[in-house]
Amino acid sequence: MILEGRAHKFGDDISTDHIAPGRYYHLRSQLSELAKHVLEDADPQFAARLRPGDFVVAGRNFGLGSSREHAPTIMKLAGVGAVLAGSVARIFFRNAINVGLPVVICDTSRIAAGDLLRVDLERGVVTDVTQGFDLRVAPLPPVMLAILRDGGLVEHVRRHGRLLLEV
Amino acid sequence: MGQTLAEKILSEKVGRPLRAGEFAVVPVDVVLMHDGTGPLAVRQLGAMGLAGPRRPDRTLVFLDHGLPSPRKELSNDHAFLRQFARAAGARLYDCGSGICHQVVAEEYAAPGQVVVGADSHTCTAGALAAFATGMGSTDVAVAMGLGENWFRVPESVRVEVRGAFGPGVGAKDLILWLIGHLGADGATYQALEFGGPAVAALDMSGRLTLCNMAVEAGAKTGLVASDGVTREYLAAMGREGAWRELGPDPDAEYARRVEVDAGTIVPMVARPHRVDNVAPVSEVAGTPVHQVFIGSCTNGRLEDLRTAAAILRGRKVAPGVRLLVMPASRRVYLEAMRAGVLADLVEAGATISPPGCGPCAGVHLGILGDDEVCLSSTNRNFQGRMGNPKSFVYLASPATCAATALRGVITDPREVLA
Repeated sequence: MILEGRAHKFGDDISTDHIAPGRYYHLRSQLSELAKHVLEDADPQFAARLRPGDFVVAGRNFGLGSSREHAPTIMKLAGVGAVLAGSVARIFFRNAINVGLPVVICDTSRIAAGDLLRVDLERGVVTDVTQGFDLRVAPLPPVMLAILRDGGLVEHVRRHGRLLLEV
Repeated sequence: MGQTLAEKILSEKVGRPLRAGEFAVVPVDVVLMHDGTGPLAVRQLGAMGLAGPRRPDRTLVFLDHGLPSPRKELSNDHAFLRQFARAAGARLYDCGSGICHQVVAEEYAAPGQVVVGADSHTCTAGALAAFATGMGSTDVAVAMGLGENWFRVPESVRVEVRGAFGPGVGAKDLILWLIGHLGADGATYQALEFGGPAVAALDMSGRLTLCNMAVEAGAKTGLVASDGVTREYLAAMGREGAWRELGPDPDAEYARRVEVDAGTIVPMVARPHRVDNVAPVSEVAGTPVHQVFIGSCTNGRLEDLRTAAAILRGRKVAPGVRLLVMPASRRVYLEAMRAGVLADLVEAGATISPPGCGPCAGVHLGILGDDEVCLSSTNRNFQGRMGNPKSFVYLASPATCAATALRGVITDPREVLA
């Protein structure tokens, strides 16, 4: 699976409250409405600027806080192709993979806003095409890779009827 | 080699010894969801083609974040969850019952259990030596429908607390200090195991506060060994039969040890907009506040309300300050009412709201205005957390909240203790 898109840069500690603010709590059963506010409290213009397939490129501890799966779900619905971050909070990590939003853990410090990036999930390489360098990616545990390959946790369970720890 | 409490509980559940770093599919004893995460969990359960909850009597549905409903959309989500609970035979905790984590502590959590909830503060139940952790809606739907889910057995950080807390200082100050010390991602994927004489001396209310905020250091769960305090608490909840002694082995292996003397901990705050932006209250003393909130799964228990009432009894909240108090459950509400605690708070000028999560999560009942400052006994102060990205939230203990309500500026509670 090879993904290509432009980088939208964010800092450290972007919480799920930044991604899916609590003041839109009443929109949680209307995900396409909620998606219009994705990452609004980190960058109010983000939803307007995002083009399908673009990447969210962040620093440390992306997605900390609440367990709301709505956060990665609306990122995916809005068109985010993948999250690249130095590190990712635990619940967000599971949730993103579960909804089929790839999470790539790598040192994002050299990537600049607007850079064209290519992500090869199978080989575990991120290429910054604009600047011409490669980044090494921390591998996903087998169970998460299996879920991601199936297209998310719903498809995984539908297909296998249980959880597969080994691929 | 011995086991940590986390390794012990998960090993027991799968019937073979597990070590930190291993992956395992583990049976789940209690599953919870609420009005913010439940509708999605229920829809995902259907999408996966799973028939329904494996254990309806251990599938808990809470209407606790938006009650009484402030919007028609939430009213419809409530109706959807009521219908699900009725059809599936799940346990419904309707508006006014209390915050999910408080009710789980009162009615369900027990040593050795595995508890999974579609809320990040599910780790609260670790105070009763249960392995309790938050997950997303689809993961909770899997736990509900398959009766199990996958776990990576976490490494543990042993937090050893010696000595004794000074007056006006307690569990909230300790956990804020610890989060400042570790950082907001300092324990990511790990378990925080609290122990030592000062933790052994803490009541269940304080232990629940410690474990509740483990997730704010990135941890998967917080844990306290089961002991006499656990037994007394379970007995008081009419569940003494659920008690058993359960703790880590003396030769357990830890990723890291943190040692601290409770006597050196002073009243602490977390400053906007990060939970690990921690400082002694003295560093921000004098900061004017518009609102003070005492409540939540972190600090909305009877002991918290008693602490606040002891400071406010016979006194008045400062002019221009709104003091909001929200008991964490119907049980807490009733006990505080019968003990006269609520009367003391109302006479001092507090507004009492029904048991729930509204203000903490920015849903309703206490949304801040632009540029307003709130001192809150809750667990998160991210930008926009309390409903307005142009507002500022400081986190502190119930004692610091009460002292601050009294003076109208952030105040060290030791200055107002009788």
